[in-house]
Amino acid sequence: MGPATLFDKIWDIHVVRSIEGGPDVLYIDRHFIHEVTSPQAFDGLRARGITVFRPGKTTATADHNIPTREQELPIKDELSRKQVETLNHNCSEFGIEYFGLNHPKNGIVHVVGPELGYTLPGTTIVCGDSHTSTHGAFGTIAFGIGTSEVEMVLASQCVLQPKPKKMKITVNGSLQKGVTAKDIILYIISKISAGGATGFFVEYCGAAIEALSMEGRMTVCNMSIEMGARGGLIAPDFTTYEYLNRIPSVESRPDFKSLLLRWRSLKSDEGAVFDRELEFDASKIRPMITFGTNPGMGMAIDDTIPDAESQGEGKASFLKSLDYMGFKPGEKILGYPIDYVFLGSCTNGRIEDLRAFAQFVKGRKKAPGVTALIVPGSKRVEQQAIREGLDKILKDAGFELRQPGCSSCLAMNEDKIPAGKYAVSTSNRNFEGRQGPGSRTLLASPLTAAAAAITGKITNPADLLKN
Amino acid sequence: MSKLKFNILESTCVPLPLENTDTDQIIPARFLSAISREGFGENLFRDWRYDKAGNKNEEFVLNDPKFRGEILVAGKNFGCGSSREHAVWAIADYGFRAVVSSFFADIFRNNSLNNGLLPVVVPEEFLKRLLAMILEDPGTKVRIDLEKQDLTLLPTGESLKFEINPYKKECLLKGLDDIDYLLNIREMITAYEFRNTLRQ
Ligand code: SF4
Repeated sequence: MGPATLFDKIWDIHVVRSIEGGPDVLYIDRHFIHEVTSPQAFDGLRARGITVFRPGKTTATADHNIPTREQELPIKDELSRKQVETLNHNCSEFGIEYFGLNHPKNGIVHVVGPELGYTLPGTTIVCGDSHTSTHGAFGTIAFGIGTSEVEMVLASQCVLQPKPKKMKITVNGSLQKGVTAKDIILYIISKISAGGATGFFVEYCGAAIEALSMEGRMTVCNMSIEMGARGGLIAPDFTTYEYLNRIPSVESRPDFKSLLLRWRSLKSDEGAVFDRELEFDASKIRPMITFGTNPGMGMAIDDTIPDAESQGEGKASFLKSLDYMGFKPGEKILGYPIDYVFLGSCTNGRIEDLRAFAQFVKGRKKAPGVTALIVPGSKRVEQQAIREGLDKILKDAGFELRQPGCSSCLAMNEDKIPAGKYAVSTSNRNFEGRQGPGSRTLLASPLTAAAAAITGKITNPADLLKN
Repeated sequence: MSKLKFNILESTCVPLPLENTDTDQIIPARFLSAISREGFGENLFRDWRYDKAGNKNEEFVLNDPKFRGEILVAGKNFGCGSSREHAVWAIADYGFRAVVSSFFADIFRNNSLNNGLLPVVVPEEFLKRLLAMILEDPGTKVRIDLEKQDLTLLPTGESLKFEINPYKKECLLKGLDDIDYLLNIREMITAYEFRNTLRQ
């Protein structure tokens, strides 16, 4: 056998059977579910009169539809409450582990999996959620699926999947001050467009990727889906082992040593062939921001919005998008006043993100007129932030640390951005109405969000960084 | 459990000449709290169909009585973004049976196939012509033959082959479903697990 990519190595050993002229039957090591995309799958099982095939391999959390204040009280919105209760019932009926509201392990599904040690190198992970790609940071094949596929996994621990093509994205060099993992991925997407990696599974490599923490790597892999990729992964290395070594349930495993040995073999072989290869230079990346209504519409924060003529075929969609945002082609948006700031989501709701934000705002004050939602990605992140005193730093600067959940990332709960208002958001999607009907989202890093929260306008964080 | 069978569809089309239509537009998040599969069609493209006050946006194509049909013809990268299958349920519930585009997002395509909604990929240049034809004459009929894997513009007779995975084609033609298939190979899956217990 010739040299293989990391992706092939993991995929191939998970194929239970290849269907002639069809997809592969792929075995799934870990399945996550949440309240929004699972109820119809459980109904399907009931209709067929079958049980969950391997209940121990599915873990559930309530995250999309929950409030981020007063979680101790019953959920006010009736439909949301019903959906969360349904998940609870389904989990008890079918014997599935469930982290409901107020459970010490509750949180956004893609924050919870890694921090509990459920996300392990060399495994396959799926969830009825497109940002399942986050888990790829550990060298896993992780991807989002639809509800019919959730039902497949519940019924058989497998999904039928055509094997995607492979893309290698190398980010060489090192990042400048004020530039983060979020800027790397926003930069890449702006270069290859929101559909540029459709049909591919991406492997990220290069010095700038290797230099990232696990949190940073998760941010990068998380947004793979925003360029259309099925998922993205990063070969495990010392940073990965160290992260996993700190998780008691992983470190205490009797087979930990042999796992480590196996993880060391998880990399693409020299000379492995990818269907497409791209290279970027990290030192060229500046803090990024999006100005349109898909994540590919991004630019360096001090750049000007492209003109419409440069858009070719996409001109009409481009203009519609700018019209929605209230921007004009050729315009600069640096210094533009903003109304809301959202720090959180499975892209940037981990402890490192809260630390970066808190450190930035420490000794400063939130701009009057800015409403900020600071939402930890999980109960554990919340607790850790409190232990580190981040909540106090935030409070002194005029911010409130909320309770965990997806919150304003998709605004299914009450954390909505009002119509016409501008929000600098650390989440992953700037689609029309994503953060509430009529809301205008500018995607950016936690540092850029912090700079906007302090100044009340779009600001290059690098200009305000303390030395 | 069998899904809707698909074989031949002959219909007028509804044009949506926009690129990168994401599933948040197809069905906004605030309608995802439902726990059944029914009724999503009512809120298909909700925020494009209605303004904030709930008034019909007369300009939007679904509100334009000229355009009717079971085929949605959309710009490239259709169905990107969130994996919500609710988007497919909404399109199917509204009455569409096929979507034609030059390019579909992966998860959306899988979800469509799993629900008997046929995604038909055509070349960009053809898509443009098709959209122009429909806009010019809303009565333009298209015939999609899954068995033969071809799409025909009835007014001109121009016909074009499209790709579909042979397994998925079979499933759609027969109304079969992946879960039936997987349930039938549970023993093979168990054997796989047994061989791989050492792996982790
Ligand atoms: S935080 Fe946002 S992107 Fe992540 S799982 Fe929740 S809704 Fe999806």
